[in-house]
Amino acid sequence: MSDGERRDMGSKLSFGRGRPGRTAVTLPDCDVPLAEMPSPSLLRDDLPLPEMSQPEIVRYFTNLACLNYSVDTGFYPLGSCTMKYNPKLHEDLARLPGFAVVHPLQPVETVQGALALMHELQGFLSEITGMHAVSLAPAAGAHGELTSILTVRAYLEHRGESRHKVLVPDSAHGTNLATVSTAGFQCLAIASDARGNTDLAALAEALDEDVAALMLTLPNTLGLFDQNIVQIAQMVHETGAQLYCDGANLNALLGQVKIGDLGFDVVQMNLHKTFSTPHGGGGPGAGPVAVKAHLAPFLPSPVVGQAANGAYVFEEPEHSIGKVGAFHGNFGIMVRAYAYIRSLGAPGLREVSENAVLNANYLLACLREAYDLPYERRCLHEVVFSGSRQRAKGVHTSDVAKRLIDYGFHPPTVYFPLIVDEALMIEPTETESKETLDAFCAAMLAIAREAEEEPELLRSAPHDAPLRRLDEAGAARHPVLRWQREDQA
Amino acid sequence: MSNPYVPNTDADRRAMLERIGVASVDALFDDIPAHCRNPGLTLPPALSEMELARELAQMAARNRSIAETPCFLGAGAYRHFIPSVVDYVIRQGAFATAYTPYQPEISQGTLQSIFEFQSLVCELTGMDVANAGMYDGASALAEACLMAVRITGRERLALLSTVNPSYQRVVRTYAEGHALPVDVMTPDDPALSEKHACLVVQQPNFFGYLEDVEELERRAHAAGALYIVVPEPMSLGMFRPPGEYGADIVVAEGQPLGVPLSFGGPYVGLFATRREHIRQMPGRLVGQTKDVDGRTGYVLTLQTREQHIRRERATSNICTNEQLCALAATVYLCALGKQGLRRVAELCYHKAHYAADRIAALNRYSLPLTGTFFQEFVVRCPRPPREVNAALLERGIIGGLDVSKQIDGGMLLCVTEMNGREEVDHLVDALSEIGA
Amino acid sequence: MTSSPKDRRYTKEHEWVRLGEGEATVGITDFAQEQLGDLVYFDLPEPGAQIRQHAKLGEVESVKAVSEIYAPLSGEVIEVNQKAMDSPELVNQDPYGEGWLLKVRPADASEMDSLLSAEDYDALVATAEGGQH
Repeated sequence: MSDGERRDMGSKLSFGRGRPGRTAVTLPDCDVPLAEMPSPSLLRDDLPLPEMSQPEIVRYFTNLACLNYSVDTGFYPLGSCTMKYNPKLHEDLARLPGFAVVHPLQPVETVQGALALMHELQGFLSEITGMHAVSLAPAAGAHGELTSILTVRAYLEHRGESRHKVLVPDSAHGTNLATVSTAGFQCLAIASDARGNTDLAALAEALDEDVAALMLTLPNTLGLFDQNIVQIAQMVHETGAQLYCDGANLNALLGQVKIGDLGFDVVQMNLHKTFSTPHGGGGPGAGPVAVKAHLAPFLPSPVVGQAANGAYVFEEPEHSIGKVGAFHGNFGIMVRAYAYIRSLGAPGLREVSENAVLNANYLLACLREAYDLPYERRCLHEVVFSGSRQRAKGVHTSDVAKRLIDYGFHPPTVYFPLIVDEALMIEPTETESKETLDAFCAAMLAIAREAEEEPELLRSAPHDAPLRRLDEAGAARHPVLRWQREDQA
Repeated sequence: MSNPYVPNTDADRRAMLERIGVASVDALFDDIPAHCRNPGLTLPPALSEMELARELAQMAARNRSIAETPCFLGAGAYRHFIPSVVDYVIRQGAFATAYTPYQPEISQGTLQSIFEFQSLVCELTGMDVANAGMYDGASALAEACLMAVRITGRERLALLSTVNPSYQRVVRTYAEGHALPVDVMTPDDPALSEKHACLVVQQPNFFGYLEDVEELERRAHAAGALYIVVPEPMSLGMFRPPGEYGADIVVAEGQPLGVPLSFGGPYVGLFATRREHIRQMPGRLVGQTKDVDGRTGYVLTLQTREQHIRRERATSNICTNEQLCALAATVYLCALGKQGLRRVAELCYHKAHYAADRIAALNRYSLPLTGTFFQEFVVRCPRPPREVNAALLERGIIGGLDVSKQIDGGMLLCVTEMNGREEVDHLVDALSEIGA
Repeated sequence: MTSSPKDRRYTKEHEWVRLGEGEATVGITDFAQEQLGDLVYFDLPEPGAQIRQHAKLGEVESVKAVSEIYAPLSGEVIEVNQKAMDSPELVNQDPYGEGWLLKVRPADASEMDSLLSAEDYDALVATAEGGQH
C-alpha cells in the first residue's frame, strides 16, 4: 500500500471492505444431532457484521498498525506513563497454554502454578513497597485508586468513624479526584508551595477529624519528591486519617526507598507502567494495591493464601469491601510483571530507578536553556517544563508537541499538571539510550529556535504524520461514533 | 552481565553525570529521607532469559490447561475458538506498545480500531452508541448502575436474583460509596417502585436460561426505571439483541469474543446505550472527523465526560479501555463475520442441548429449570456437586460450577463449539458412573 | 482587546446580560469564549425554568474544558437560542450578537445594579490577562 493509500484508510471500514459471502474462518460441521431451534420470536433477523476473507483482514489491520506510533517504533516520553520497553519474552510466557488456556473457576488443585505465581507476586510487590498485604484484583491504576479509597472507607467505618473528606494536591491526576467522588467523599484541593512540595500550612488548615485520607502521588506529578513527606505523614496520622500513595511514579523509587517506610498506609501500583507490561494502545493493565496490616482485612476478595499443607488457595479477607471485578484480577498481566521482577532481581530494579532518574535529569540539564523550568530543583524520573517563554512569542505547548512529530518523536504529556502554565511533562524511562536522548534534545532546541524565528511551522504542524491536524471541535459538536451501514455500501 | 533493557553504559552514565553536574547518581536521590534510603530488597536472584523461560514453563506446567483437559465451565468466562489472525494482529508492536491515542495524527491505527469496535458492539447489541471498552462485564454493570442513578436522580438499584452473583457483589461494592441500596428481585414479580433507578436483567441469566425480557422491560419502564440488560455476547449470534426490546443500557463481558481465558483476565467490558444518554456514559469514545487536508480520521471525543477534564465531576474515574482486548474482539468479529458468529452460536446451542438431553436421560439426574437456554444449563445431581466434580476430575474431566447454594444439588454446565461430541459422551458416561 | 459593549452588564464569571423590553438576554463574554476555545456543547435550562442570580444555571463545554455558567440575574427562562445550540461555533464567532444563549423574564431589574459595568469588566479582564504571563 502506498503512503497515500494508507492515509486514506479512514474512509473505508471493515464493513465496506468485505463482500457478502466472504469469511475468514472455517468451522467444523455440527457433530451432534440438531436440537429444535428456539421460537423465531426469540431469534434475531439480521446479524450485521462484516464479511471479510482472511487475507483482507490481515492486510487491513497490518496497514492500520503502520499508522501508529509506538514504543517499538520510537521514543515515547509521556510523563507519568512510564513508556518503557516491553520485553518480548513475556509475550511468549503469557501465552503458554498453562497460563492462557485456564478457566478462572477451575478447581484450585488444577491451578496451583497460577496461584503460586500470584502468591509470589503479592509477596514481591509487598516487599518492594514495604507493605504487609497485597490485592491483585484491580484491573487498572484508576481501579486500584478506587479500591484503595473504598478500603480506607471500610476501615474507618469499622472503627465507628464517620469522615467525609479526602484531600488531594492541586497537582493531582484527574483520576484521583474522580475516584474520590465515586467513593462518596468530598474532594478538597491542597496547594503546592513554591518548591513543588505540599504546602504544610495549607495541609494543617485542611486537616481535621472529618478527613478520611490524604492522597499523594510520590514522586508527584511535577517529578519531584515531596521534601515534607515525613512531617506530612505525622500530621495526617495525628488526626486519625490515612495516607494513600498513588504509585504511578514508582519507577523513580524502586530499590531506593520503600513507600511503607515513609509512612504510607496504602499504595496502588501500575503493572503497565513500572513493571513493563505493554500499554496496548490503552490497556489492559493492572493496578494492584498494597496495604499495611491494619487495612488488610478490608481488601477486595479474593486474595491468594497458603494452606497449612502448602497448597495455594483463594481467601476472602475478613471484612472485605467485596469484589471489584468478576474474577481475581488480570492474570495475564501478572504473568508479565512476575517475569519482569524475576528477570531483574533486586539489583536490576535498582538499576531501573537509577537510570530512569539519571536520564530525566540529563534532559533537564540539556533543555533548561531553552524552556522555562518552573521549579529550581533536581527532578526524579520525569521533568516538567513550562512553555511560557514560547507562549510569549505566540506559540503554545500544543504547537511544540505537534512539531515534535515532524522530528520523529512522540510528544510528551502536555497541559498537565494543571498548576504549571503550558506544561510539558517529559519522562524518558531507563530503556532509552543516550543517543536517543541527545537526538530528542536537539529536536527540542531546534523547535525552540523555530518558535522564535518561524512560529508558523509549529502552528501548522505536524506535516509529516499519516494524518495532519484533526478537527476535534467538529468531532465533538456533531459526534459520529459508529459507522452507518449506508456509508459503507 | 549488563541489563538488556537498559542501554546506558558506564561511559554514558559518566558523560551524563558531568552534564548534570553531580558526582554520582546517588546524589540525585538526596531528597529521600536518609533513614529510609537504600532499604535493600529481598527478592529472588535475577534469572537470565533462558532460566526465566524454563522456570515459568515449569510453573505453567503445574496448571491443568483446558487445551488438554475437557472442561464444562462457563459462568461468565467461556472457551471459544480464537482464530490465529486475532493473536497475529494484537502481537504487532505498533498496536501492543502504543499508548492511549492522545495524539491522533500518529495514532490512527488505534483510533480507527476503536471506532470499528464501537460500531461492532452497536451492531451486535442493537444499540445507538457504544464506548471503547471497560475493565470487564461486572465493573461495567456497576458503572451502568451509577449512570442510571445520575440520569434518573433516584437512589435504589434493582437486580434480578438470576444475575451472576459475582456481578451482584461488584455492584454492591461500587454502590457502597454513595450508600445506594441494592434490592434483589425475583424474575417473576420484580417489586419495582419509583425509587428505583434501574432494573438489571442478565440474558441468558446466570443459570443459562432466557428471561422474559419483554415483560421485564414493561415493568422497568412502568416504574420509570432504566432497563439495564447484560447479554452474553456469543448468544447475540442467534438471539434478539437488547436494543430491539427496549434496553436503555447494555453491558456485557467481551471475553468470549476472541479474548483468551487467561485464568480470569485481562478481559474487556462492553458498554452501550441510547443516543440521548451519551453525555452520561463513562469510558472512552472515538469519533469520526477530518484533518486539514480533508482526509477522514478518528479522534477521542466528548472527552469532557472524562476524568482528565471533569476531574471530580467526571462520569467515572476510568482511564483505560482495555484496548488490546477490545482489538482482539474487533478482529474476532471481523474474522468470524456475519456467517461465522451465527454458526458458532448455533454449534454451542446444539451441543449444549445434546448434552442436556443425554444427561436428563440418565438415572438420578434431572434438569430442574425449564425454558429456553443457549450454551449453559443446570443439572440436578444425585450427590453433592462438589463430590461429583472431584470424581470427574479423577476421570480427567473438569465439571461445571457448583451452584447448589442457589439450586439444590445444582451444577451449572457449559458446552461450547470447543467441546467435541466424544468429550460430551465421555462426560455423560462419567456422570452415569458417578451417579450410580 | 476591544472594549466590551456598553449596552449591557457583566459578571465576574464572564457572563453578560442586556435588559430589553420586559425581557433580558444572557450570554457569555468574548473573553470567556476565547479562554474556552472551540465551543462544542451547552447544557442550559429549558424555557419555564427558574434561575437565580449568581447560582449555576448550566455548563459550557469546549473540546478540552468544561465551565459552569452562572445566572447574572434571577427570573424565568423564556427562550433558548436553538441556533447556538445547533452550531456552538456561533458563540465563538459572535458572543455578543448571534451567539446569545437565553432570553429571561427578569424577576427584579434592580439586580442589574450589583453587576459590573463594561469598564469595570474590562479592567477585570485586563488583570486576569496580565496575570497569565
